[in-house]
Amino acid sequence: MQKPKRLLFLGILLVLTFFLINISFGSAAIPFEEVLKILCFQAEDSVEKYIVLSYRLPKAITAILVGSGLALSGLLMQTLFRNPLAGPYVLGLSSGASLGVALVILGSQFLSGLLTINLFNNTSIIIASSLGSFLVLLAVLIVARRVRDTMAILIIGLMFASFTAAAVSILSYFSDAEKLQQYIFWSFGSLGDLTWEEVIWLASSWFIGLSLSLLTIKPLNALLLGEAYAQSVGTQIKKNRILVILATSILAGSITAFAGPIAFIGLAVPHLARLIIKQSNHAFLFPACIILGSLLMLISDLIAQMPSFQFTLPINAVTSLFGAPVVIWLLVRKKKMSF
Amino acid sequence: MTKPILHTTNLSIGYHQECIAQVDDLNINKGELVAIIGKNGAGKSTLLKTLSGNLSPQSGKVSINNTPVCQLTALEIAKKIAIVLTKTDFSTHLSVQELVALGRQPYTNWLGSLTNRDKKKVIEALNLLDIAHKKRASCSNLSDGQLQKAMLARAIAQDTPLIILDEPTSHLDLYHKVFVLKTLRFLSKKTNKAIVFASHEIDLALQLCDKIILVHQAKVKQYETHQVIESNILNQMFPSELIYFDKNSKSFKIKDAIIK
Repeated sequence: MQKPKRLLFLGILLVLTFFLINISFGSAAIPFEEVLKILCFQAEDSVEKYIVLSYRLPKAITAILVGSGLALSGLLMQTLFRNPLAGPYVLGLSSGASLGVALVILGSQFLSGLLTINLFNNTSIIIASSLGSFLVLLAVLIVARRVRDTMAILIIGLMFASFTAAAVSILSYFSDAEKLQQYIFWSFGSLGDLTWEEVIWLASSWFIGLSLSLLTIKPLNALLLGEAYAQSVGTQIKKNRILVILATSILAGSITAFAGPIAFIGLAVPHLARLIIKQSNHAFLFPACIILGSLLMLISDLIAQMPSFQFTLPINAVTSLFGAPVVIWLLVRKKKMSF
Repeated sequence: MTKPILHTTNLSIGYHQECIAQVDDLNINKGELVAIIGKNGAGKSTLLKTLSGNLSPQSGKVSINNTPVCQLTALEIAKKIAIVLTKTDFSTHLSVQELVALGRQPYTNWLGSLTNRDKKKVIEALNLLDIAHKKRASCSNLSDGQLQKAMLARAIAQDTPLIILDEPTSHLDLYHKVFVLKTLRFLSKKTNKAIVFASHEIDLALQLCDKIILVHQAKVKQYETHQVIESNILNQMFPSELIYFDKNSKSFKIKDAIIK
């Protein structure tokens, strides 16, 4: 019981280290001592201070929120669906969120006659995105009740994803260039474009999602034995299912709204966490996923904006480039994945 | 007369509108080992589900310690009935200790953290089933017999007066079948729990059980084990062209077997 705690402690230290490294690197070279000074509010007003406080710090915080939130929602879904391949991206949640955002960004011009108020603001994007992922998750869940087959559920998730993708392409076809560009940039995924106000929005949704999911720790442990056993030890299956759906759609929905659809973190991190802490207890898996997700996202972001580059790669490309091989390696090495 | 742990009155079982069987009133006391036997599809599983509160009866009621099951919440039922199922499709990352500790869920707080009392109960259960040396092993690395022991330990840790098992001996070889059933007998005597299990091992059940519940032709009836042997009931259970029940050896024999 001591070992997982030590690992979690080590993980927190690593996250803090990479948080500082992440803030220290960027296209403008700022010495490390200067960064520390700025973070401790010891520096005088300068361009460097502006870059660190208004750009790098919110980006690093976003990386932590995004990585931990996606990893957590992946874990919740893997246990709920009893499926090692479940995750917000694979089951079409991100696509649902995309459709919601597409409707707000691209569809606003069609609806502008009806809604003269400014539709393109934070609240409407969060709501549309969460609603999109919530509806897709609900649809997958309803189908999953009828179809018990693991593969079938994944294929159905895939079908929902291509359905929403089709709806998005129809919307894009009729949109003007400026709106389309806005949407395309959103879909690349980005951690960097958030203002402090938006970071606070994201943090609040993250916090709500996390609080809801804390209530599912005990039922999720029981669900490791299957629904029949879970019920026999007093788990309220339906209540737990609703909590998990709410928590995952708020987490995945709000993250997708602000950072775009980011692949693989949700799928790969829970497996890495299980591999490292060798525990099935969600009371340990939760913090492990949060730490590992944050860490991977901070590192991915570092790679996305390599110091020598003059430009930033889309974060989604980086997580996929590294995430896909990790999942393949896991499958090959373990022969069999489990949840 | 002792108060029965499990008691049914005017029970009839089935799904939706379709009645599968009428149940003569059952009385199962503490410390008793009871086998439910019957042909494939006779309704053993339906009976088990109804007794464990998973399926509501079509009419009549099931009572545990004199409280009707239908009046209890899921959590209250969890403190009275533990189950062991045939299918084990759970997460393979679980260690034996974690698996057994999950049996303590009805008693733990919202986070599921184990108190000293919970930990003590887990260790007791592990020791009782002689599987404490495997407590750190992952369930995927256990043999079928060891896994069944671990599942039994989980049910014991749940600390209920009644344990219901669905075909605990399927997939096991003869030795382990006997081993598991003897363990059940040992547990029922040692812990004074009532243990009810569905099984196809009629021969073994006759040698080990206190009572037999027979599910046959839409009737469920409870017998003392010797009644089952002395009467002619078992001969009627299966079509007679292949096997018959031999009272002297208390077992089924093949008709016209080659070796006499």
